Amino acid sequence: MSDPVLKVQNYTVEFWVDGTWYPAAVDMNFEVEAGKVLAIVGESGSGKSTTAMGVMSLLAANARTSGSVKIKGTEVLGADNATLRKFRGKEVAYIFQEPMSALNPVYTIGFQIVETLRTHFDIGPTEARVRAIELIGMVEIPNPEGSFDKFPHQLSGGQRQRAMIAQSLACDPALLIADEPTTALDVTVQAEILDLMRGLKTRLNSAILLITHDMGVVADMADDILVMKDGNTVEHGTSDQIFNKPQHPYTKELLGAVPKLGSTKAREFPYNVSAKPAPVIKLENVTVEYPKRGRIPAFTAVKEFNLEIYPGEIVGLVGESGSGKTTVGRAAIGLIPIKEGSINIVGNDISKASQKELKGIRRHTGIVFQDPASSLNPRLPIGESIGEPIFLAGLAKGEELDRKVEDLLNSVELPRSYRNRYPHELSGGQRQRVGIARALALTPDLLIADEPTSALDVSVQARFLELLQDLQSKLNFACLFISHDLAVVDILSHRIAVMQNGRLVESGDRDAILKRPQDPYTQRLIAAVPIPNPAEQALRRAARLASK
Amino acid sequence: MRTTDAKSGAELAIRSPAKIAWDRLRANRVAFYSGFVALFFVITAFAAPFITRVMGLNPTSQYSSRVAETGIPFGHFGGMSLGHPLGLEPGVGRDLMSLLLYGSRISFTVAIITSIFSIGIGMIVGIVSGYYGGKVDAVIGRISDFILSFPSVFMIVALVIPLTQRIETTHLARDNGARIIVLIIFFVIFGWPGFARLVRSQVLSMRERDFVMAAQSQGASGYRIIIKELLPNLWPTAIVFLSLSLPGFLAAEAVFSFLGVGVQAPASTWGLVLSDSVSYWQQDPAYLLIPSIMLVLVVLSLNLFGDGLRDALDPKSDRA
Repeated sequence: MSDPVLKVQNYTVEFWVDGTWYPAAVDMNFEVEAGKVLAIVGESGSGKSTTAMGVMSLLAANARTSGSVKIKGTEVLGADNATLRKFRGKEVAYIFQEPMSALNPVYTIGFQIVETLRTHFDIGPTEARVRAIELIGMVEIPNPEGSFDKFPHQLSGGQRQRAMIAQSLACDPALLIADEPTTALDVTVQAEILDLMRGLKTRLNSAILLITHDMGVVADMADDILVMKDGNTVEHGTSDQIFNKPQHPYTKELLGAVPKLGSTKAREFPYNVSAKPAPVIKLENVTVEYPKRGRIPAFTAVKEFNLEIYPGEIVGLVGESGSGKTTVGRAAIGLIPIKEGSINIVGNDISKASQKELKGIRRHTGIVFQDPASSLNPRLPIGESIGEPIFLAGLAKGEELDRKVEDLLNSVELPRSYRNRYPHELSGGQRQRVGIARALALTPDLLIADEPTSALDVSVQARFLELLQDLQSKLNFACLFISHDLAVVDILSHRIAVMQNGRLVESGDRDAILKRPQDPYTQRLIAAVPIPNPAEQALRRAARLASK
Repeated sequence: MRTTDAKSGAELAIRSPAKIAWDRLRANRVAFYSGFVALFFVITAFAAPFITRVMGLNPTSQYSSRVAETGIPFGHFGGMSLGHPLGLEPGVGRDLMSLLLYGSRISFTVAIITSIFSIGIGMIVGIVSGYYGGKVDAVIGRISDFILSFPSVFMIVALVIPLTQRIETTHLARDNGARIIVLIIFFVIFGWPGFARLVRSQVLSMRERDFVMAAQSQGASGYRIIIKELLPNLWPTAIVFLSLSLPGFLAAEAVFSFLGVGVQAPASTWGLVLSDSVSYWQQDPAYLLIPSIMLVLVVLSLNLFGDGLRDALDPKSDRA
């Protein structure tokens, strides 16, 4: 048998930080054969990206590596730069998570592909251009010749990722290393990119090393799986072994934490469905427009949107990026002015309220933001951040305020001593708990949760969702839960509303939407969600491709 | 997780951001001692009359007996002795230490007042134009463009004399006092727009961050957001700017005194001493070297202290 494309033995990466060597990946052993996909999965900080970058010695200067990395039988670990450059791009190509930052914004995508080609092959500009257009066509970007001269910002997120794949494939690499290639994309686009990668793998017989945290993507793509935790290999086996017969408790925990679409039981409504109480919030024909700025024309982000949320229920608002869900969430509590329609919160019309009235109404609302790093003031200890709304409302001061802050920290299961910490000293999940504590400081009637878990690892997300459910059943607030992740919405919500291009496409009871979607867009959205089960996912994929 | 609560009460005690910053500053040796050096210069400047009286010296007395006919002081290193620790001024033979001490009073006063005013104005204007944006921002932006595009050195040289006369006619101040006021006014006028721009760009990026929106959603007023959310994030910029602008204004005062539009003899400033010493650098190098070294010391210590202070205020640097 010939050599595998990538063979990694006893491979260890350590980083020198403040006088100590910190291991980031310990004693890794794996190999990838041509035409196969090995997925490395793990949570953030598990060392999966470090492992991938280390294969081509693309690590920071404070890293040291040991062991052996062989590409097609040639040792590349410790090779000099000239040798490495011959491998990089030509034999081993990378696809990164964020195509907008991985592509150079001042060059056209065509130019960037031509550059890669001419670095490795002795070909003229015309010839390279022909080949580049061929590649752009291969990754299914519409109008390859026209797209050749486009800059990255003129393409959509999915097209940018395709352009980057085209660049990676320019030299027919034997090994493609894809580091979270679809994390920044919407599910429908993700499904297309994964289809594309699968097609190219069979056509070019490349080996793929896939780095991801998404078990659904793994189930969709991987032949073999390597599970990492804190730099160590936890489990390594075929896709079937890992998904169906996981041995290690961590693998089981990881799989258990992944939310699965349609796996939750029916949920009782917190109110009598036939005689509904007065809604906490009622949005009627709401239209939000971002006014024109200079030459950028006015943009209607939300159009004629209707939604009611009743006391004690969670309504999931789903849609792809740019569909206007965040705008709805912010407009609902008066953070963005609305152009038409009315918003009614516990009997007060906020579209006509003065600043002073708005301040009073805001005591009834709270909001949790998507990015826990940006939603807390980096220069304030978290205790002050949590206490701020209470102080602003004039409810407590001094020692009484301290006690309330302690109670809030307790309620979100954070130690009281964390009060003195700054946001960056907390993990993402802890920061998001602080965000919740702050939003619930005034025991609001309505909580807007804007993608609160999208920046979190699955196990952290699972605990966070549990906490949110606990708090919700205890405090009985109404909640608008905005998410792009249908599986998460499935776990939490009583009802679901689906948005597309600023309009409400469909709304109704959770089971009605997820099991019997009426609108074709909802159907497509649900079909595109990868299920963390290889066999089932293969069936879903076949069904999706057949319906195309 | 809750078990950490059982730990000592020390961890539970509320440590204010100021206390944390102070602890960190103390742990940073270089910054801490630089702070002492800077403080030493400031204290000696303001205690100048006291020090000179104790030493039995006077900045205006001419110790001509200690200076040769060529104008060069007797003895090594510009005539250093117990009575005149830093030697004598060549020519008329005034005591160099008293000259520098009294000179630093004027230099520091100019530098501190101008820095504080430029940073104060720049901070307010920058926050207002960054936070409120729109027309306010446009108007302020054009005004600062206008000021920044002025040939400031030329303006100051040309206008100091007529403006000084104008101030003298109001009987507010005379001679050097009037010239110092004019210099300060000019330095502030040309100093604030640079800092205001820095603040504006920071506020612009911060305004889009979620924590500002979070504060809005809690019903915080614009004033409260500026004070509580924005200002703590702007102090570090102000401190870095201060540690750069203080020595900058020290040097600027020296330059303009050197050019003859600042403070004039018989008063002295570091700039005047330096400009005078240039003509003696071959015969009496110590006369040039001593004020130069002191200027470098002050500038360096202020810069290092400013750096340390910024690190201490940055929650992301390591905890003490």
